Amino acid sequence: MTASDSHTTLYTVSSSPHAHSGASVPCIMFDVLVALTPALLAAVYFFGFDAVRLVAVCVASCVGAEALCRKAMGRPVKAALADLSAVVTGLLLAFNLPPSLPSWMAVLGSVFAIGIAKQAFGGLGYNPFNPALAGRAFLLISFTGRMTAWHAARLPERWSFGGLTMDALTSATPLGMVKDAIKAGDPLPVAMDGATTLRFLLGDMGGCLGEVSALALLLGGAYLLARRCISWHVPVCYLGTVALFSGIHWAANPAAAMPPHFHLLTGGLMLGAWFMATDMVTTPVTNKGLVVFGIGCGVLTMTIRIVAGGAYPEGVSFAILLMNAVVPLINRATRPRLFGQRRKA
Amino acid sequence: MKTITAPYRIEGGVHPAYRKELARERAILAMPPPGLVRISMAQHLGAPAKPLVKKGDTVLRGQRIGEPGGFVSAAAHASVSGTVQAVGPAPTASGALAMAVDIESDGNDTSLEPGPRHDNWAELDAKTLIGLVADAGIVGMGGAGFPTHVKLSPPPDKTIDTLIVNGAECEPFLTADDRLMREQADGIWTGISILRHILGARSVRVAIEDNKPEALKAMERAMAGAEGDVTLIVLPASYPQGAEKQQIYGITGRETPSGGLPMDVGCLVENVGTCLAVRDAIVNGRPLTERVTTVTGDPVAEPGNILNRIGTLYSDLIAFCGGLRSPATKIVSGGPMMGFAQGSLESATAKTTSGLLALAPDQAPVYESLPCIACGRCVRACPMTLLPCELSQALEAEDYELADAFHVMDCIECGCCAFVCPARRPLVQHMRGGKARIALKRREAMQNNKEKG
Repeated sequence: MTASDSHTTLYTVSSSPHAHSGASVPCIMFDVLVALTPALLAAVYFFGFDAVRLVAVCVASCVGAEALCRKAMGRPVKAALADLSAVVTGLLLAFNLPPSLPSWMAVLGSVFAIGIAKQAFGGLGYNPFNPALAGRAFLLISFTGRMTAWHAARLPERWSFGGLTMDALTSATPLGMVKDAIKAGDPLPVAMDGATTLRFLLGDMGGCLGEVSALALLLGGAYLLARRCISWHVPVCYLGTVALFSGIHWAANPAAAMPPHFHLLTGGLMLGAWFMATDMVTTPVTNKGLVVFGIGCGVLTMTIRIVAGGAYPEGVSFAILLMNAVVPLINRATRPRLFGQRRKA
Repeated sequence: MKTITAPYRIEGGVHPAYRKELARERAILAMPPPGLVRISMAQHLGAPAKPLVKKGDTVLRGQRIGEPGGFVSAAAHASVSGTVQAVGPAPTASGALAMAVDIESDGNDTSLEPGPRHDNWAELDAKTLIGLVADAGIVGMGGAGFPTHVKLSPPPDKTIDTLIVNGAECEPFLTADDRLMREQADGIWTGISILRHILGARSVRVAIEDNKPEALKAMERAMAGAEGDVTLIVLPASYPQGAEKQQIYGITGRETPSGGLPMDVGCLVENVGTCLAVRDAIVNGRPLTERVTTVTGDPVAEPGNILNRIGTLYSDLIAFCGGLRSPATKIVSGGPMMGFAQGSLESATAKTTSGLLALAPDQAPVYESLPCIACGRCVRACPMTLLPCELSQALEAEDYELADAFHVMDCIECGCCAFVCPARRPLVQHMRGGKARIALKRREAMQNNKEKG
């Protein structure tokens, strides 16, 4: 083009700014998928085919449910799938399921997560609850037995904690075993010596697919931090509160309580603190709000684990869901002081 | 005189790609007077000027062709000698229509006899000097265009103790102020001294971002002999360090109150270009008829810092820079963060035109926005500590009362929120629309009250 004909050329007109950082929603979702890869590899290593099966079923049903819902609502389908959020939800839901869960239940959980918890509210950005956790909660309440039935997969010979062999199908998570023992008045079944701690860190224990390997999840969390997809506020406050809470509990009664590192490494806490409680849509927008959110999750998690004598030994998913519900209140309470607005005397 | 880094850290902000290398090393180049200039009567904030000429009049360079249309207004002057071709409405850079005077150059560039030189400005009183500034039609040349003589006349109950000179130039791509400081540091310092004398300000702070080491050096040299409380402030390079309220805070720690003006915290901020214009008006007796505009962007054949006559058509300005060597999809008057996109090149430079930026297709993509995912990035980026995500949703729902309660009127439209938004929401567009709507409602309410009362 030459300058002489530039009079006739029409240019794009839009509001400023005319520059962008390049950040996009699909980019963020892709980063989350990358960050979940170490945990996925750990799941396949520990649980074998069941891990592959459940991840495939959940991702496929979540994406399918997303497409169907958008179509039924007469909204653009392709754009909703392109943001990759359904893939993330599918993967996270699979990570929150026990390896022995039948595929049809996983499909049902996926449809609930996407259809009810996400699209019924208007899709990505409008859902008050984390869809994957809502799907897990739905399955946990509907099929409590199957959702808390653990099998030792292909590693039966490794399953002995402090000389106590695990029951093949019931209460096989360390937290479940501890809770049952405390309820029955038995001595604590797990001794957190160096070897056990290392096994827990690597993920060699019963539990949901993606929650067992704290190390893999920490790697993913570090990646999200490095990519600035998440800020430190929620993971640090959540884990810190759990450590503090369990530390006080343990110090007060070392014979009948587990030490902080046990609580940090078990029950999906790492998965929750790094990947579920950091879900942008369902968490506060201010840093102060994120701190409140993280502390709240920690207090609720430990309350469910220690104080309540109920049926759920893990606590992470319900703690996060309960905190999701109060996010609008947290946002309102942690509204920053406007620059130039007088401080209250 | 001393040099220090900014003592206070501003909230939020972003680090866009600065791209200043395109024009940074290009010395200021004077463009010969173009064949036609289009001088808008609305180059400043406030009431437009009233044209003093009609079609067919002959004018000389420096001749007053528009008189102030109110208290907050500024005069306009012919920037070339020639014949008035037309007086009528024309779009300004922001797209609004305003009266403009088209002057066809006679090619002689004959100047009106320059006004008296006032080398003895230190002996003149503030009122006289402010009058000379007003006569020269000087407005804030950083972009907002607030009439300088109005700024220099605060009401008697306000005391200005600190004069801040803004050489931050935090907008990406722009290098006009950088060049001006490197090449005209002494002139700028004279202008600063005149302003200091007018205000009787105790302290002078000259603020420059640390990505302009040569400008810092040049100003440091020019200011070396300065007496009294004069400090060169090195700002960390981040956007928006040059925003008035943020700059005042970064330097003095004072927060301009919501809805208030810098004078409420004893400060006055002037751009370096304005200081030079003040020097020219007082010492050389010359009104404001030209300025330096950075013409830049990858499609521009020869980017540069062009000293152009005010009223130069964008098409002529780009042609002077060798035209566009590759296609551009967006032409921005100003910088990429706060500038105005131009539909065509028919607008002309004004006293506030700091840059003319051409963006290639891949630099200005058209995209669809997604719903807010509440990531909070805009909250962390907002230098006014607003919640842009929440405001934009309120405004999308046309809930103007809520947006007003959430302080949308305090938005400075810096664009940090939209810059970081991963959902690519047009946040600034929402804010602008909301602010305009609320301002209109307030005016209507005032009108109603008047009629009733």
